[in-house]
Amino acid sequence: MIIQFFCRAVLLGVPLLYGSTGEILTEKSGHLNLGIPGIMYVGAISGVTGSLIYENSCGNDIANMNPLLAVLIPLVFSIVGSVLMGLVYSFLTVTLHANQNVTGLALTTLGIGLGNFLGSSLISITNSDLPSIALTNTSSFFSTKLPFYDKLGVVGELIFSYDFLTYFAIIIAVIVAIVLNRTRVGLNLRSVGENPATADAAGINVVKYRYIATAVGSAIAGLGGLQYVMAYASGCWTNNAFGDRGWMAIALVIFALWKPSLAILGSFFFGALCNANNYIQGLGTETQELFKMIPYIATIVVLIITSMRKKREHQPPASLGINYFREER
Amino acid sequence: MTKQPAIELKNITKRFGKVVANKNVNLTAYRGEILSILGENGSGKTTLMNMISGIYFPDEGQIFIDEKEAVITSPKDAFNYKIGMIHQHFKLVDVFSAAENIVLGIEDGKYDLSKSKTEIKKICEQYGFELALEKKIYTMSVSEKQTVEIIKVLYRGADILILDEPTAVLTPQETEKLFNVLRRMRDDGKCIIIITHKLHEVLSLSDRVSVLRKGEYIGTVNTAETSESELTEMMVGKKVDLNIQRSEPVDSVERLAVNSITCVDRTGTVVLDDVSFTAKSGEILGIAGIAGSGQRELLESIAGLQRLEYGDIFYYDPTTGKKESLRDKTPLQIRQMGVRLSFVPEDRLGMGLVGNMDIVDNMMLRSYTKGHSMFLKRKKPKDLAMKIINDLEVVTPSASTPVRRLSGGNVQKVLVGREIAASPTVLMVAYPVRGLDINSSYMIYNLLNEQKEKGVAIIFVGEDLDVLVELCDRIMVIGSGRITGVVDARNTTKEEIGLLMTKSKNAGKENE
Repeated sequence: MIIQFFCRAVLLGVPLLYGSTGEILTEKSGHLNLGIPGIMYVGAISGVTGSLIYENSCGNDIANMNPLLAVLIPLVFSIVGSVLMGLVYSFLTVTLHANQNVTGLALTTLGIGLGNFLGSSLISITNSDLPSIALTNTSSFFSTKLPFYDKLGVVGELIFSYDFLTYFAIIIAVIVAIVLNRTRVGLNLRSVGENPATADAAGINVVKYRYIATAVGSAIAGLGGLQYVMAYASGCWTNNAFGDRGWMAIALVIFALWKPSLAILGSFFFGALCNANNYIQGLGTETQELFKMIPYIATIVVLIITSMRKKREHQPPASLGINYFREER
Repeated sequence: MTKQPAIELKNITKRFGKVVANKNVNLTAYRGEILSILGENGSGKTTLMNMISGIYFPDEGQIFIDEKEAVITSPKDAFNYKIGMIHQHFKLVDVFSAAENIVLGIEDGKYDLSKSKTEIKKICEQYGFELALEKKIYTMSVSEKQTVEIIKVLYRGADILILDEPTAVLTPQETEKLFNVLRRMRDDGKCIIIITHKLHEVLSLSDRVSVLRKGEYIGTVNTAETSESELTEMMVGKKVDLNIQRSEPVDSVERLAVNSITCVDRTGTVVLDDVSFTAKSGEILGIAGIAGSGQRELLESIAGLQRLEYGDIFYYDPTTGKKESLRDKTPLQIRQMGVRLSFVPEDRLGMGLVGNMDIVDNMMLRSYTKGHSMFLKRKKPKDLAMKIINDLEVVTPSASTPVRRLSGGNVQKVLVGREIAASPTVLMVAYPVRGLDINSSYMIYNLLNEQKEKGVAIIFVGEDLDVLVELCDRIMVIGSGRITGVVDARNTTKEEIGLLMTKSKNAGKENE
C-alpha cells in the first residue's frame, strides 16, 4: 500500500511539476503569469482535440493507429495551444504594457472557459452518453511503461512504473535548472527578471527574453494538462476535472523557492498531500476537503519561514510582476 | 600632440512629448582627456549621455565616433563603439556576484566564469581597483558597487567612458580615489566624460568643461582658463550669489534630546547604535554620513515611525518648559501632545506627499484631524496651497494638479512649504535639495535660515558636504548607525568630516 501511495503521489505531482517548472521559467523573466491554470487547461483540451481528430481519422480502431503519431499529434496540439496562450500574455504585457496580474487572471478565466467550451462541443460531437470524452486508445500509448519495470520488484514499481511524460517532466525540470544556473542564457534571463533596466543597459534584449521565456514556460505548463488527461485520467476528459491544480502549481513555485530542482521534490510532496485523505481510514467528506487545503497551508508556512529568514537568494525575482519600458522616466 | 576626437555630437535634439530635453547640442570629446558636462538638474545632461549609450535615440542630429558617423540604437550598439556608461543609479543585479554582473550580456563563445575572472583581475591590477569578485552586490557598499560598474565597462573594452554624477554618493576620500583611477585611465588614452553639477570637482578633475542649460548647449571652456563664478553664470544664465547667509544662533536652548537610542531593522541588523545628541532651538544641526548609515532611521525614530529598542527621546516644550518623552508614541500621539514636529522625508512622493492627489488635498494630509464635520472643508487648505504656490514660486498649472506631475523642485517646495506652514518647533529635513536646481536650492536654504531665526530647531540631513559646512551650525557625523563625531561647522573642513564618515567603517572591519 505504501508503494501504491508513493506511485499515486508521483502521478498526482507530475502535472504540478510541469506547471511549476513552466511558471518558474516564466517568473525568472519577471512575468508573474497567473494565467497558468488556464494555460494548463488549454494545453489539456488542445491535446484532447488533437488526439480525437487522429483517433477518428483512424476509424477509432487502435490497430490502425501509429504509436508515434498517436503521441506526437496530441503533444504538438497541446504545445501549440499553450504557446498561443503564452504569446497572448506576452503580447498584452510586454507590447501593450497591460497589468500582469489582470492579464494573467483573465487568461485563467479564458482558458478554463475555452477548455469547457471545447470540451462540451467535443462531447456533443462524439455523441457520448456520459459527459466526458474517452480517449482510451491514445491514453494507452501515453501510459506505456518501461518494458522491464515488472521484473525489478519494488524498485521497478517505485522508479520505473510511470508513463514517459512523468520522466519527461523530471528531465525538463533538470534541464531548466541547468539552463538557469549554469549557462549564459540563464544568467541573462535571471538578470531580466531581477533588473530589466540593467539587463537592457547590458545589451540584453528584454522583450525577446520575456516573450520566449513566457512562451516556453507556457508550453511546459500545458504539458502538465496533457499528462493529467492522458496518463492520470486514462484519457478521459471531463469538464472541470482538472480542478485547481494550476493554482497548486503556482503555490509550488513559491514552495520550491523558484528552484526547479526543489520543485521536483515539492511536486511529489504536494501529490502525497493531495492523496493522503484516500489512505486514512474513516474520514468524512468534510475532513477530506480539509485535507485538500494542506498544500496551500504548506505554501503559507514556507512563505512565513522564507520571509523570516530574509535571505535574498530565496526571494522572488526582484522585478516579478513589473513591466519594463525603456523610455519611461 | 594633436588631439584625436573620440566622439562628436552635432545638432542633437531630443523631445519627450512636448518637453524638449536637448536642443541642438554640439559637443566634442577627445581621447586622452577628461571632459566635464556641467549643468543643473533637469538641464538634459543625463538625457544627452543616454543617447550616446543607446538608451534613448535622438530625434535629430548626428553622432560621430572617430570621425565616422555612428547610429546607436541600443546599448549593444554602444558597446560595439566601445562606449561605456556608468549610470548614476547603478545598473547591477543585486543577487548576482560581482563577476556575474561584470560578464552579464557579453556573448563571447563559451560561458566560462573562471576564465572571465582571470581577465577581470588583470583589469583590476592595471588600474588599481580592489574588488572581491564573489561578493554579492547587495552586501556591497556604494563605492564597491561603483567599482563593479567601472570594471564592467572596462571589461567590455570601452575606451569612451561616461560617468553620471559618480561622486554623488562617495566620501571625499573615496572621491579622490576615484579621481586617481580616472586620471590613470585618461593617461592611458581613454576618453572620459563626467556628468556633474559640482563645480569644485569640475575644476579639480577635468581638462575641459561643456555647459548645458535647460537642454541647450551653452559652450565649452578649458578648465585652466575658467573660474567657479564664470561656470555658474554659464550654468544658471545669470550671476548667482553662491554664499549662504549664516546667522549666529540666538537664545539657543535644548529642544530635543536623544538619549542613547538603539534601533534594529526587520532583519535584526542594528541600524542605530547608542545614538545620543541634542538639537537646540535657533540652530541648524547638520547630519553627514554615507547614504544609508542610519540617517533615515534616526529621523524616523524622532517622528515616531521607528521602534526604539533602547534609549529615549525627550522634547522640551517651549511654552510650558516641560520635558516629555517621545518614546513609543505614534506620530498622531506626538502631535496630540502638542509637539510641533515637521518632517520633510527623503522619499518625497512616498512618505511626504501623495502623488496622485493635488496640492490642496496634500495640504489636508496634515490637518485631517481638525474639524468635526462629516464633510471636508477645503477653504483653509486651499488658501494655504495658494499661499505656498505664490510665496515659493511653485510652477504648476493650478492648485488642483496632481503633485506627481510637478517637477522635483516644485514637489519639494510644496512639501517644505506645508511643513513650515505648521509653524514647527522642530523641523527635520532629509536631502531637501536633492534633484533641485541652484535657484530652488538656495530658496530652500533661505527658508531654513528663516525658520532658524524664528527659533526652530532644525535637523538637516545632507549629502553635499560643501553645503553642510556653509549652512549648518553644528555637524554631527553618522557612520554605520553610530555617531562618529560632532564638529563645529564654522571651524571644520570637508576632509575632517569625510574621515569621520568612514571612521566607524574601518573600526567595523577590524572587529570582523
